[in-house]
Amino acid sequence: MSLAGIFLLTFLLVHLGINLLVIIFDDPMVYNKAAHFMGTNVLIKIFEIVLFGGLLLHMIYALILQVQNWIARPKRYNKANYSNTSFFSKFMIHTAVIIMVFLVIHFIDFYFKAKFGHAAEIHIDGVTYHDFAAEIEDKFKMLPFVIFYIAAFVFLGFHLIHGFQSAFKTLGLENKKYTPVIQFLAALYTVIIVGGYSIMPLLIYFK
Amino acid sequence: MNLKLKIWRQKDSKSRGKFINYQLKNISPDSSFLEMLDVLNEELISKNEEPVVFDHDCREGICGACGMYINGRPHGPDSLITVCQLHMRKFNDGDTIVIEPWRARAFPVIKDLAVDRSAFDKLIQEGGYVSVNTGSAPDANSIPVKKEFADLAMDAAACIGCGACVAACKNASAMLFVGAKISHLALLPQGKVEASERVSRMVVKMDELGFGNCTNTGACEAECPKGIKLTNIARLNREYYKAVF
Repeated sequence: MSLAGIFLLTFLLVHLGINLLVIIFDDPMVYNKAAHFMGTNVLIKIFEIVLFGGLLLHMIYALILQVQNWIARPKRYNKANYSNTSFFSKFMIHTAVIIMVFLVIHFIDFYFKAKFGHAAEIHIDGVTYHDFAAEIEDKFKMLPFVIFYIAAFVFLGFHLIHGFQSAFKTLGLENKKYTPVIQFLAALYTVIIVGGYSIMPLLIYFK
Repeated sequence: MNLKLKIWRQKDSKSRGKFINYQLKNISPDSSFLEMLDVLNEELISKNEEPVVFDHDCREGICGACGMYINGRPHGPDSLITVCQLHMRKFNDGDTIVIEPWRARAFPVIKDLAVDRSAFDKLIQEGGYVSVNTGSAPDANSIPVKKEFADLAMDAAACIGCGACVAACKNASAMLFVGAKISHLALLPQGKVEASERVSRMVVKMDELGFGNCTNTGACEAECPKGIKLTNIARLNREYYKAVF
């Protein structure tokens, strides 16, 4: 669970890096070439299977653990949850469901289009590139879309801020010296992810 | 103080149980929570009604027998104390107090507010001990123990096994209890010898008894009357990985 979680944390950074290419270079072809590389490179394709495996493992473990946790308390309290404790950790399964819904929509919007070739094509030097940059521009010109994406990133942030540091604790890495550092990194990572992913839809919308 | 009590009443482990409301008048703010319940029970007995059953023993905050869920918190609205050390001055005149038993599959209700915590005994039977005769107290420093480890082991050994950690945890997990026992013994030379068998057996037993899993929420630490730290859970995890791999 925690190892799969940490693995997914690294993927989020890689994905963010590619996203930021659009902003930094301000040239749609740079992004299209990066997307082309991600879609055709053999190594990346193998990594893609590992990635889906990691996501599936994370989800299956979460489901098993959650069901066990529900069974562990068959009768609920009449008045509960007043303990002074980590707020977001109480809603991990709820934020997970929101992230899953987002992922399904995100896949329909971009990933399946890339896989099954419904995106517009550009031919340069005999190589066919899908014009994902244009696809993204189209989507993020729509306000409801922008709002939905940013809301999803905020919920992702709620999930990450607990998940990041909890993963380390589950791996047994907690002590007086390092835990504050890990907690700081968790907050920093969350801000970078939520902020970084939100910049793209916002910039495109206001461009 | 005048109070309205909403107390869980359940005839036996098989009955469904429900909340019953009681009115109590002229309770001294200096009385303890259990004394307040004693007053209620005397009133009930004088009216020929069944008194409210609850566990208690030393009433000094050291035995771990008492424990109930008061207004959404184990041991009530104060920190680092058991319910016998909770005083009525922590409440206001006219308050409604909701009192429930610990809720966990591993802690079935026996009657009213008393729950069966023998699951903790079963966990201890799986390894919460040193299986050699250690004899009488050795001479000081005949077995050298680093001060830091001695302190950590002592902190973990402060656990009184009241079950507040399980009651507070949203997953009804016993990780803090087991973490405390594992830490207390694994940190000392006498307990280190059996550390890996101990942790393997206790973790298996914990799942078998129907406790939930740890999500590092920290409600156990927040509600523990003895201030047992979450770091003990991380040490339990470390000890477990060491034993498995």
